[in-house]
Amino acid sequence: MYKYDQYDQQMVDTRVEEFRDQTARRLAGKISEDQFKPLRLTNGLYLQLHAYMLRVAIPYGTLDSRQMHALADIADRYDRGYGHFTTRQNIQYNWIKLAEAPDLLADLAKVEMHAIQTSGNCIRNISSDHFAGAAADELVDPRPYAELLRQWSSFHPEFSYLPRKFKIAVIASDTDRAAMKLHDIGIQIVERDDALGAAFYVGGGMGRTPMVAPSIRDFVPLDQLVTYSEACLRVYNRYGRRDNKYKARIKILVHELGAEEYARQVEEEFAHLLGQGVEPPLAELERIKTYFADPAFQDASNDTIDRSDPDFALWVDRNTVPHKREGYVSAVISLKPVGGIPGDATARQMHVMAELAKSYSFDELRVMHTQNIVLPHVRKAQLYTLWQTLEAEGMGAPNLDTIEDIIACPGLDYCSLANARSIPVAQKISERFAETGKTAELGELKLKISGCINACGHHHAGHIGILGVDKKGTENYQLLLGGSEAADTSLGKITGPGFSEDGIVDAVEKATDVYLRERSDGERFLDTYRRIGMEPFKEALYG
Amino acid sequence: MAELIRYRDDEAVDHPAVTVDSFLDQSNANAVRVEPGDDARALIPHLTQLKLVEVNFPAFGDGRGYSSARILREAGYTGELRAVGDVLVDQVAYMRRCGFDAFEPDAALDPGDLAAALDRWPEVYQPTGDGRQPIWSKRHA
Repeated sequence: MYKYDQYDQQMVDTRVEEFRDQTARRLAGKISEDQFKPLRLTNGLYLQLHAYMLRVAIPYGTLDSRQMHALADIADRYDRGYGHFTTRQNIQYNWIKLAEAPDLLADLAKVEMHAIQTSGNCIRNISSDHFAGAAADELVDPRPYAELLRQWSSFHPEFSYLPRKFKIAVIASDTDRAAMKLHDIGIQIVERDDALGAAFYVGGGMGRTPMVAPSIRDFVPLDQLVTYSEACLRVYNRYGRRDNKYKARIKILVHELGAEEYARQVEEEFAHLLGQGVEPPLAELERIKTYFADPAFQDASNDTIDRSDPDFALWVDRNTVPHKREGYVSAVISLKPVGGIPGDATARQMHVMAELAKSYSFDELRVMHTQNIVLPHVRKAQLYTLWQTLEAEGMGAPNLDTIEDIIACPGLDYCSLANARSIPVAQKISERFAETGKTAELGELKLKISGCINACGHHHAGHIGILGVDKKGTENYQLLLGGSEAADTSLGKITGPGFSEDGIVDAVEKATDVYLRERSDGERFLDTYRRIGMEPFKEALYG
Repeated sequence: MAELIRYRDDEAVDHPAVTVDSFLDQSNANAVRVEPGDDARALIPHLTQLKLVEVNFPAFGDGRGYSSARILREAGYTGELRAVGDVLVDQVAYMRRCGFDAFEPDAALDPGDLAAALDRWPEVYQPTGDGRQPIWSKRHA
């Protein structure tokens, strides 16, 4: 994985000192809260309901054991002994004191980490495929391109006061595991005439106006990747709406101009910027690529999995995915124990995951946008030992991509924007399905919960989505069906009137019963919904 | 109005800037003020005539002026480029990087804080036309 050189280290160290100075001036009253707000936000610090929340960047979701240990230590030293992995492949701490934030950032910098641009109206942490470098189906590892763009977008002076936040995802396989088309810019590395290039999709997003990003250009040569990105951003910075924060994302600009007109303006800017020398040489991309070379895989072609323990066999079936190397798999550590808080991990669990990565996965971990952790390169012969530790530490739930593998935002338990709680709903749903034993029968079923219209819990993209709203002072939950974040991206539709907290759990069960009744062989919930439509579900829910 | 901070040796223009619209109409002025909604590219045919371009920041969070500045510098404008309005000490370093060489902030900047902000960053990741060598260029020198 990528390692900082003296320059990268100097950049994060400088940022720590800058923020220390900014915090001191704020605490001394030299700058107002209004003036301080964007400064702390671009350092990942939000003022939430109870305390400051700090969001730490985990670029493209990749980290090593040293970094995971450091995240655990931070949870103990500055928080209450746990952290929350997010849908942006980041980690958040919920109980931070402003005066301690500069020290926390300094601790992060010691392990080549930071909280730069994890919030605010700037280019955010760049996300990618959590199986990058391991997936059997990828064209190339997408992370070097994400790292190139990370450096380009860090402290970009022209794009630090954009109309609104800006999220970029980079993938390199046709199977989209990063919800790429639901980003402000989605990039897919593709091959044409034996050369690699980037397909650009611009103007996707969730939030209150969900949109699937249209294609803007099907091939940008690799030695123009930064220049084209800069053109996309400049058009947005100049013409994105600033009169209404709810219409300020680039998806609205692309929608109002039309994808063709936006693309035309980008081309014009691109043609101009090609003469400005903003593109790093390909040698820089090659330098970055060397850090993402394959680890020293062993010949594991004779590895077998002893399936005599049925609990283990179930976990293998559910939580491991094929690897490009024979004898290896990627193993998913579920942070979704039945009745637990999706994405939460204790400091102890983080230490354990770090050690497991060191012992079994070439010192590498990934954060998934589905709020689980991946050990990307595990030998089949070592899975049983690995699983035993996970079981002992409460991280062995065999529920990847099932209805228990719920994405949920922090909701009204923590978030000052939320209208309703998400966590208790997630807990009740996983408990209900674990109790009835239907989880396995339902197979792949992606359920996603947001506690407000901002959609941090990706409810639009859930096969089943739940949106918490405020209805005359009480929490109310709308049900959506038919969303997908995969290559067949689609947005869910609301079934009808909302439900109470307990009612929504019943409603989810009713919807799954319709599926179990109506499904044909091999159909997932989403497939059945797409075939039979909304009516049978409405009938069961409201009839 | 706080004092004018300049990083140029030539003499400052001593008369008020006109709006982009009236400049394009009368075209004998040498000082113009660009508002966030103005298209800086409209000035490009007239750059040699201009000695001062003020870019107004009515609110510091409106970042359009950064693009206006770079567009003018990329087009070869060498006259004074002055950020005016809600210009704060925590934005001046980025403004310098985008080509501004003068500031006329609504509220005075603390000279110590200003010097610290402008000295802060020894390295930069991107070329922005301000002559600073980006990190990638040093790596592959």
